[in-house]
Amino acid sequence: MTLHPILAALRRHKAGVVLIALQIALTLAIVCNAIFIIGQRIQRIQRPTGMNENNLFMLTQMWVGAPTGDDAASIDKLDAMLRTDVQTLRNLPDVESAVAINSLPLINSSWTGGIGLKPAQEHSTAHAAYYFSDEQAIKTLGLRLVAGRNFTSADVNHMGARGQNKPPLIIVTKALADKLFPKGDAVGKSVYLDRSSPSTIIGVVERMQVPSVDTWANDFVWNSVLIPTRLDANFSRYAIRAKPGRLNAAMKEAHDALFSVNPMRVINEDEGDGGGWIKSFADLRAHAYRADRGMAILMGVICLILLGVTGAGIVGLTSFWVGQRHKQIGVRRALGARKVDILRYFQTENLLIAGGGAIAGIILAVGLNLWLMHRFEMDRMPVLYVLAGVAVVLALGQAAVFAPARRAANVPPVVATRTV
Amino acid sequence: MFRYYLDLALRSLKRSKGLTALMILTIGFGVAASMTTWSVFRAVSGDPIPWKSAKLYVPQIDAWGPSARGKDPTDPHYGEPADALTYNDAVALMHDHRADLQSAMYMITPSVVPTRPGTHPINTGGHAVFSEFFAMVDAPFEYGSGWSAADDEHRSEVVVISHKLNNKVFGGGNSVGKTLNIEGRDYRVVGVLRDWHPQPMFYDIVNTGGFYMDGDDLLLPFNTAIAANMPNDGNTNCSEMPKESGFVGLQHSTCIWIAYMAQLDSAAAARSYKDYLQGFARQRYPQWAPNVRLRDLMSWLDYEHVVPSDTRVSLLVALGLLIVCLVNTAGLLLAKFLRRSGEIGVRRALGAPRSAIYAQFLTEGGMIGLAGGVLGILLTGVGVAGVGLVMPKVIADLARVDVSLLLTTLIVAVLAAVLAALYPTYRASSVQPAWQLKSN
Repeated sequence: MTLHPILAALRRHKAGVVLIALQIALTLAIVCNAIFIIGQRIQRIQRPTGMNENNLFMLTQMWVGAPTGDDAASIDKLDAMLRTDVQTLRNLPDVESAVAINSLPLINSSWTGGIGLKPAQEHSTAHAAYYFSDEQAIKTLGLRLVAGRNFTSADVNHMGARGQNKPPLIIVTKALADKLFPKGDAVGKSVYLDRSSPSTIIGVVERMQVPSVDTWANDFVWNSVLIPTRLDANFSRYAIRAKPGRLNAAMKEAHDALFSVNPMRVINEDEGDGGGWIKSFADLRAHAYRADRGMAILMGVICLILLGVTGAGIVGLTSFWVGQRHKQIGVRRALGARKVDILRYFQTENLLIAGGGAIAGIILAVGLNLWLMHRFEMDRMPVLYVLAGVAVVLALGQAAVFAPARRAANVPPVVATRTV
Repeated sequence: MFRYYLDLALRSLKRSKGLTALMILTIGFGVAASMTTWSVFRAVSGDPIPWKSAKLYVPQIDAWGPSARGKDPTDPHYGEPADALTYNDAVALMHDHRADLQSAMYMITPSVVPTRPGTHPINTGGHAVFSEFFAMVDAPFEYGSGWSAADDEHRSEVVVISHKLNNKVFGGGNSVGKTLNIEGRDYRVVGVLRDWHPQPMFYDIVNTGGFYMDGDDLLLPFNTAIAANMPNDGNTNCSEMPKESGFVGLQHSTCIWIAYMAQLDSAAAARSYKDYLQGFARQRYPQWAPNVRLRDLMSWLDYEHVVPSDTRVSLLVALGLLIVCLVNTAGLLLAKFLRRSGEIGVRRALGAPRSAIYAQFLTEGGMIGLAGGVLGILLTGVGVAGVGLVMPKVIADLARVDVSLLLTTLIVAVLAAVLAALYPTYRASSVQPAWQLKSN
């Protein structure tokens, strides 16, 4: 089939053609970017923390009337209370292991800092988040040690929560180790967390996400440091691994056991607002990514409406054209055109319009992405998304045109012999 | 005449029910998506204290010098001083007392021990502030009042509690004069606030990020909280490690953790306060040129990006959807109007002027808009109710359906439809009567 008659006919409906092409172009631009946003959010939501998240829960508590001073006596008193709590938790029947830790991935409360390779280095080599815990952290969190060794209980010390962070021994994530020592020989090397005293890397864990899921942490999201120090403050946080399948029981036991060992403490109950202080890690994960999930759903809904509107628009306009050309179709059929020729005619026509719209749409899509990058710190959209978008709008056009085109193909040749 | 056009429009819409329904659905969905996202945007970008936001200012003083500032010139905060103050700067500003009203503040989360037997202690959130805070932010009191400047001075153990905490601990009622046990010390209740929860929590954006689940449960005198060693629960940013450890070390350090707000009643007062800040910075940090800012509240909210970028992107994408719906409606109307070229030709030949054709077809467009608007209102209602499923609860809770939102929905729908009908109507009015009458 030659394109010439189709082009000639389209020239007679310039405005309609331009409108539908424009609509397809805008749809393509928005759908590409929306799907890109969805893809990015899903990627964020699905990234593993590096921990074994099953059967894991977190408990935060605050002591009432605990010492608030920074003197050694106050800190020792707090440390004794902390150790009592940890021991109580470890002794519970449904608890496999437990540690005191200052934070966990995805909970957005973090202590971060710059790490240098030399003392008094002006600009740090890498930024990282610090996790203060003890020798059982790797076991409790389910991290994977890939080089070096774990801490021993003799390596563990304690300090006040506002103390100075200069640990002699640390364990780092592989991402951080590679950033600091690209040759892969981090174990045994020294780095500087406070610009003055060295910390020796004794081990490397495969992966551990930093606590913050905010955009400011994007640059160092896998750079974590484990420090064998218990932080003593008037509040504390425990990561607890329940025995398989005993999560709920362990959560209940932990609450009651802590209150029975010392009732002068606060553990917020969940009042339906997600503000409770005993939470399974699955809940923490859902909470952390709630906004991302919502954004993905919203973009999905808008895409669906958009594609629906555009598809329906094509059906409407093509139906109108079919009605308008009723007689001409009859003439073509009478002159020997087969049904399939009529069908192909409308399908090709739609392909031309949608193709034209798609070309304009590619430019709009890239422009929109550049603008979003500039205004909202979005990432660059890979070409793949644009190509997928083009495929989607072309397929949508063909699907939408099919019903009116088949109706056109069913116009009987006898129409040609009737006047009006 | 208008009634005649209404009648014509109704007949025409009835003739092609499918097409009409399609246009109404298109407008309805387009408007509803935009209005739903707009209701959220409107809620989070609003002025939390419209009657005096122009008089409230946030001072910033660079305590770190040029070497600690960001290195990236494309960073929107490049060269800006930090967004909170050091303890020493805040205390010095309070001591100079140059604004009409002012308060340094920091975030605290002390535990409260209820007096009723058998209850566990509860955790609370609040701020340590100065006495002028209450007048400055227009905090509404249910009972009692704030404390006096003398209480600030003498580190009195007094407290203002929220309506909610009053209910929780004392079972409501006038609790002024009662004693509240906070972190093991007794504080005298001097005031109970009404249910007051400004969103965004404009007086401490730096630590709350703007939108905060719960309002403050209690407010204590700043000096009293410092003396009681009540730790800061907000952000602490340091350009270098404090030289001494502990809370006292933090107070002596160059770490920034104190929020500050000042009320300046006139533009002249704001100008002279800015000059004062310049002098203050020059005197305290002679090593580098003074780098200070004095933003009014709305500029401050903007600078701190209080409106989440997700909210903006959603609104933009939804507006894009509305534009597509407009183009779609324009295409369908064009087809519909031109199909009636014959009818137009007859009317024109019988003497109808172009303006009559305009009136007739724009009326038809407007009717589609009205119907789309009604559908849009229903869908917006559903959308706003469903916002909680896709946006963070604290933000979703702010989105409300009200009369102004409903009216806007309707107006936007009608305007959109009339706008979409403009070009098709122009084309219809250009129909040459002679051609139409001849061809059949």
